Amino acid sequence: MHSIPGRRLIMGLFLIFLLLPIYWLVNMSFKTNGEIISTMTLWPHAPTLQHYRRIFTDESWYSGYINSLEYVVINTIISISVALPAAYAFSRYRFLGDKHLFFWLLSNRMAPAAVYALPFFNLYSAIGLFDTPWAVALAHCIFNVPLAVWILEGFVSGVPREIDETAFLDGYSFPRFFVRILVPLIASGIGVAAFFCFMFSWVELLLARTLTSVNAKPIAAVMTRTVSAAGMDWGLLAAAGVLTIIPGALVIWFVRNYIARGFALGRV
Amino acid sequence: MDKTINQKAWFLVLPVFLVVAFSAVLPLMTVVNYSMQDTFGNNQFFWNGVGWFKELLDPSTDLGGRFLASLGRNLFFSLVILAIEVPLGIVVALSMPRQGWTVAACLVTLALPLLIPWNVVGTIWQIFGRPDIGLLGYVLNHIGLDYNYVSNDIDAWVTVIVMDVWHWTSLVALLCYAGLKSIPEAYYQAAQIDGASRWAVFKAIQLPKMNRVLLIAVLLRFMDSFMIYTEPFVVTGGGPGNSTTFVSIELVKIALGQFDLGKAAALSLVYNLIILIVCWIFYTAMTNAGSERKPQKGAA
Repeated sequence: MHSIPGRRLIMGLFLIFLLLPIYWLVNMSFKTNGEIISTMTLWPHAPTLQHYRRIFTDESWYSGYINSLEYVVINTIISISVALPAAYAFSRYRFLGDKHLFFWLLSNRMAPAAVYALPFFNLYSAIGLFDTPWAVALAHCIFNVPLAVWILEGFVSGVPREIDETAFLDGYSFPRFFVRILVPLIASGIGVAAFFCFMFSWVELLLARTLTSVNAKPIAAVMTRTVSAAGMDWGLLAAAGVLTIIPGALVIWFVRNYIARGFALGRV
Repeated sequence: MDKTINQKAWFLVLPVFLVVAFSAVLPLMTVVNYSMQDTFGNNQFFWNGVGWFKELLDPSTDLGGRFLASLGRNLFFSLVILAIEVPLGIVVALSMPRQGWTVAACLVTLALPLLIPWNVVGTIWQIFGRPDIGLLGYVLNHIGLDYNYVSNDIDAWVTVIVMDVWHWTSLVALLCYAGLKSIPEAYYQAAQIDGASRWAVFKAIQLPKMNRVLLIAVLLRFMDSFMIYTEPFVVTGGGPGNSTTFVSIELVKIALGQFDLGKAAALSLVYNLIILIVCWIFYTAMTNAGSERKPQKGAA
């Protein structure tokens, strides 16, 4: 791969640009509120863990993280399990309306969440799922399922069709072929798709906030509400923000070798 | 690779169809229903026909004026961030290290902003840009620039744009990097033998190879910036005044703030229609680009 002159400098500057605001958040989360407001310091002069301690001991705070993780995990499982067979179908067969269906799915990935906030609220209230992780998980399917189909379709297409044919000749039934042969072959693709479902469900706030009130309130909503109620507790806000970055950073470490291909949706 | 025609494939697609239809078609029907009616609370609805749509597309009314203004702002915003993020993303992708542990380190750092919840992205920039407690605002004010995103329209716009560039350029960069990785080394060797300049290599080899991923990048970035809500809402709340009120923010204001269901629903439908049309244009372009390279590839 051929690069351009000054690439180290460009990359370095860009990474600094990316990391500086994050550093500032981390820096603030270790400062006392007095230090944040009174002085401008580049690193915490009197480092404190008080904000983190507050989050880990106060249930209204840490339950927000648990709630968020709950619907994210449910959503990822649903999305991947329904998307896998569909991805196979789109990759291998032509059938009535396949292209239109694919476009319809894609268009749902692009639909603005703001459009759906209110109807979702009505729908999930009507079927009694309001304020449960299931409501948010199902609502997030609207953009995660199409995305998962899209990514997995790319990966399934990378598996030579001869493998299917050999397996069927060897007497594998379709479900057995699917589980024993296809799934292991596209394991990295499933990892990438799961990563993307995790990511988009984790970062979304509008629907998650609209569909929950008390019991299933996501951390993002806890942050906005508590902060506005208690004035501006900057240190606490920063600490809560830092803690929301950590799950993403952990997940990304596991898929780091597939990130690039995954972002191209398996289509390079 | 020819695809066989097999109508039974529908059974494999059925679960996806049901899940998405449940979340997409049912709510959309509610929206269509609301868009034709007016409500005065108490669950009493009155037939209003296409009244809301007429009002929406007429800039002289309050609703139409707000909609068209926010639409204009949103289109301008999308074009600006595309004009910055696409070239910048290409440059960053070209600057990626070739091998070694730095590759993984750069990839992970690049992807980091993408995994931060959107309201936290807003919070980060809200703090970072504040003149009293934020590094950026503090430094800018100390070198003599009068920067305050809360009260100045232009500063608010600059903050929102820089925030989006910070948040999403990595996506473009990672996509382009994936495209670049797929170029065989032999192409470069051939170029070297021909004595091609760096610019010629970029124009004749790298750019064409990135075509497809760039299309995906532009599609995703346009769509996501066109429905942006959380980040500017947290940073500026749509202000100062209405200067950074984008379509989604306006929509939520009308729907959940004023509870004007009819107006909000009509706005939703027009909004969705615009997205659908743009999406269709991109999709067609994408399948055409795909079929040129790989004939009979079909739907993908």
